[in-house]
Amino acid sequence: MQEFLQQVVSGIAQGAIFASLALALVLIYNAMGLVNFAQGEMAMLATFVAFTLINRGVNYWIALPVTVVIAFAGGVAIQRIVIRPVERAPLLTLVIITLGLATLLNGLAGAVFGYVPRSFPSPFSVQTVEILGAFVSYRDLGVIAVSGVVLLAIYLLLQRTTVGLTLRAAAHHPEASRLLGVHVSWMLALGWGLASAVGAVSGIMVAPIILLEPNMMQTIIIYAFAAAVLGGIESPLGAVVGGLIVGVTVNLCWC
Amino acid sequence: MAQIGRRIAAIAALLVTIAACGGSTGTTSQTDVGITSNSILLGNTIALSGPAAAYGTIANAENAYFTYVNNNQGGVNGRKITFKILDDVYNPAQTVPLTKQLVEQDKVFAMFSGLGTQAQTSVRDYLNTQKVPQLFVATGATTFMLDYPQHNYTIGWQPPYQGEARIYAKDVLAKHSGAKIGVLYQNDDYGQDYLKGLTDGLGSNASMIVDKESYDVTAASTASQLATLKAKGADTVFLFTTPAFTIKSLAIITALHWEPTIYLNSVSNPQVYMGIAAKAGAALKNVTSVGYIKDPTDPQWAADEGMKLYKQVIANCTTCNVNDGFNIYGVAVAWTMVDVLKQAGSNMTRANVMSIAGTQLNETNNPFLLPGVVVKTTSSDHFPITQEQVITWSGTGWTLSGTTIDERGTLK
Amino acid sequence: MLQRLRTTPPRYWLVVVVVLFFLGLPTVIDSFQAGEWAQALILAIAIMGLNILVGYSGQLSLGHGAFMALGAYTSAVLAHRYKMDYLLTIPIAGLLTGLIGFLFGIPALRLSALYLALATFALAVVAPSLIKRPVELTGGVQGISLPPVEPMTSDQWVYYVTLAFALLLFWLAWNLVRHRSGRAMRAIRDGEVAAAASGVNIAGYKTLAFGISALYAGIAGSLFGMATSFVSPDTFPVSLSIQLLVGVVIGGLASIPGPLIGGIFAYFLPIESNQWVPTQTWIPSQIASTVVKAGPAVSYGAVLILIMIFAPNGIVGLITAGYTRLRRRLQGAADREAGQMPPDAQTIS
Repeated sequence: MQEFLQQVVSGIAQGAIFASLALALVLIYNAMGLVNFAQGEMAMLATFVAFTLINRGVNYWIALPVTVVIAFAGGVAIQRIVIRPVERAPLLTLVIITLGLATLLNGLAGAVFGYVPRSFPSPFSVQTVEILGAFVSYRDLGVIAVSGVVLLAIYLLLQRTTVGLTLRAAAHHPEASRLLGVHVSWMLALGWGLASAVGAVSGIMVAPIILLEPNMMQTIIIYAFAAAVLGGIESPLGAVVGGLIVGVTVNLCWC
Repeated sequence: MAQIGRRIAAIAALLVTIAACGGSTGTTSQTDVGITSNSILLGNTIALSGPAAAYGTIANAENAYFTYVNNNQGGVNGRKITFKILDDVYNPAQTVPLTKQLVEQDKVFAMFSGLGTQAQTSVRDYLNTQKVPQLFVATGATTFMLDYPQHNYTIGWQPPYQGEARIYAKDVLAKHSGAKIGVLYQNDDYGQDYLKGLTDGLGSNASMIVDKESYDVTAASTASQLATLKAKGADTVFLFTTPAFTIKSLAIITALHWEPTIYLNSVSNPQVYMGIAAKAGAALKNVTSVGYIKDPTDPQWAADEGMKLYKQVIANCTTCNVNDGFNIYGVAVAWTMVDVLKQAGSNMTRANVMSIAGTQLNETNNPFLLPGVVVKTTSSDHFPITQEQVITWSGTGWTLSGTTIDERGTLK
Repeated sequence: MLQRLRTTPPRYWLVVVVVLFFLGLPTVIDSFQAGEWAQALILAIAIMGLNILVGYSGQLSLGHGAFMALGAYTSAVLAHRYKMDYLLTIPIAGLLTGLIGFLFGIPALRLSALYLALATFALAVVAPSLIKRPVELTGGVQGISLPPVEPMTSDQWVYYVTLAFALLLFWLAWNLVRHRSGRAMRAIRDGEVAAAASGVNIAGYKTLAFGISALYAGIAGSLFGMATSFVSPDTFPVSLSIQLLVGVVIGGLASIPGPLIGGIFAYFLPIESNQWVPTQTWIPSQIASTVVKAGPAVSYGAVLILIMIFAPNGIVGLITAGYTRLRRRLQGAADREAGQMPPDAQTIS
């Protein structure tokens, strides 16, 4: 029983990692109807940016928002430069482009930063807390907490603000939206920027646990895909729940 | 009459002189493919990019040593070493064509320090059929040394994984005879080789192993496996894992409020990794490993001549981190390579060099290995390095304990 | 007879030239280079199969590396364990893989493009782990080492066997596409509802497409095992599936010559970019060393993106477009010389 509980708790902690990246996938899907295979690599690169800043002496609490902003800008830039020329292309073209982007970013990170794993600081301590005999670290709890906050923010944005509404409209009914005066292209760019920012937060939160290196997101993203799909690819809440389910399942049956 | 006799004697003397001159060939130097009067061409395939790229620095470190030898010693017997390194992305499907290219197009003299068990296995038959030496492969998979009789153009260098695991077995039996052992191993040739060594080394005590859990390289975390090992009551845990997984496992063990005796393997023990593990929350209590090479971050070698040489050599490589254990490995094995080439002298044929490497090595003065460790092969023993020394983590570094343990002759 | 020779479209002559080129190639290149071209042809076969699925029937698969693995291992196990003659194992591997692919196509019917992509991607990811499981059968992580097939100049022998299969399979594909099945598939790709309304058996053709593409991948995998004499879980990583998809798109979707170009490109780009770049003195050393360090990944990714943006119909698309434009130019010039007005700009479609 003890072991079972521990597996479940560890599973939830891992699931939160998957969920945090799945949220970014959901955002992109909401903005574009497309799953971005490069999401993990973008998150990883953003985390490396944060790492470089912190290494140069920038305070963690300044580096964090700065990185998120840079990630946002990066996402917008990628959409403008790489995605916009093929906006109306069929799904296959876009999938290939995101695959190409993923390979490119991974290779770039490897060339610039090398492949040796590094430690990344966390605002949460490594101490563990005991819950009914099972142990979980504050860092894991931190991932869960931050993912919850991001989930809330995304939910509020998409469902309760005009911007969110416009974003979703532009994604699902681009022609009608254009007729209504919505600048669809910029909405897509906004979606990419937001997804990239969410990915950056995910990367910064999980890097202390999974170690910072160019390939760190490659296993995570597969589970994040599964989580997003499980939860219904459009729903942020579904992504989080899906993530937790995937995490627990993988832990209980790592066949 | 006397005149004829004198003439005959003179002619005879002349003939003898001519015969004497013509007969002695002396020691004419012999060469082979890849050898010119002033160069030796060696080839290598290694992962320079992709998931296993952390190992790529080994080839650069080796090249740094060759550069040092070329610049400071004029090469080997007047020949400078050229080292051609190709990226096989750790994929045997790439290793095969790249190796063929090096052999058939670039016409290398020998392949040196190829990395990866599957990668090097995939080209072993080809290289042996072509009689191109596959020297000092960068993997501890026991097969490369054990199977020399079937593939006598292939030889390893570093201690075999099974041998290393046997040393752990000896240590466990000596120090924790009642231990309940749990094993976490990577589900590939690497992890399985270690597991076999441990099981064989424990012999009749193999029942000490209460549980063994494996994970795939594609796994996100080993938390589940470790929780199971803890639940099964293991008080001693063996981590036969690659560095990233070792670091994470150490942190998870502490997070589980578990304090077993920990054995981790030599690939994962560079001090840099232990530092990362500590930052990730690992308590690092009761950690044992083995080593055979000097650790650049160990202060006890700061004034050591070998370490000074290493630092001088590694400066030739601009992308190499001087504290990376992989780099001193590279320099150490390159040292053996140059040693073999020097021993070959003027008989620079593939057959001769292979024979020296596989059956005539007796290197006692490699400056980068721990004192007392020798690199030795004979006609019946083809395991170059079989000694390792147990090291324990003191909280700030590794302390050598006891003397080197030799596993020579135990692997059949 | 002479009449027919004179009126055959230039395209057919081009095919003859290409075939002759490939037949004669090994005589002018090194033995091991023949082995490399054989590998490119092998990829071309697998890409042709994937093209049938993606280009002609519109279903996306990111997991064809797994089918190649299945073909390769089938052949390896039959040859190694059951001592079957390797050539015999190739069609068997192909048929088995084709059958599995067909069965896979049945649940795939229910998945929309995106989910199918993810599902096949998942397949590619777990394939190496699945291979490791039945250790006695597959040799687990050690892989299976196959004895070299022919004692002398095996690279050339491998090349010719591969070429024979490639010619056969390309010819079959060409026929498939030209006739009813091909038309049905394209109808499905362009509009399922309309196709169904016209009486096309959607489910049947879609699963057939999966089966055929898997068969091609299986044969390619089997040939691959022969070419490298070694199969192991690590020789079929996720990147292989992506490499195949890249080849399809770069060559040109829904075209017959496309996969050939795609295969050559997909095979030679990583090897050449790594080795060619450092030798070019006009590239500053900083950039050159970063490109080499980054490995094939960076050039792959960059080329992929550029081609998708500027030449979404692949290289074949570029060539056909260029050729058409050239013809029109020449036509216009001929008309002008004969005193005719150049065609109205609006009439050029």
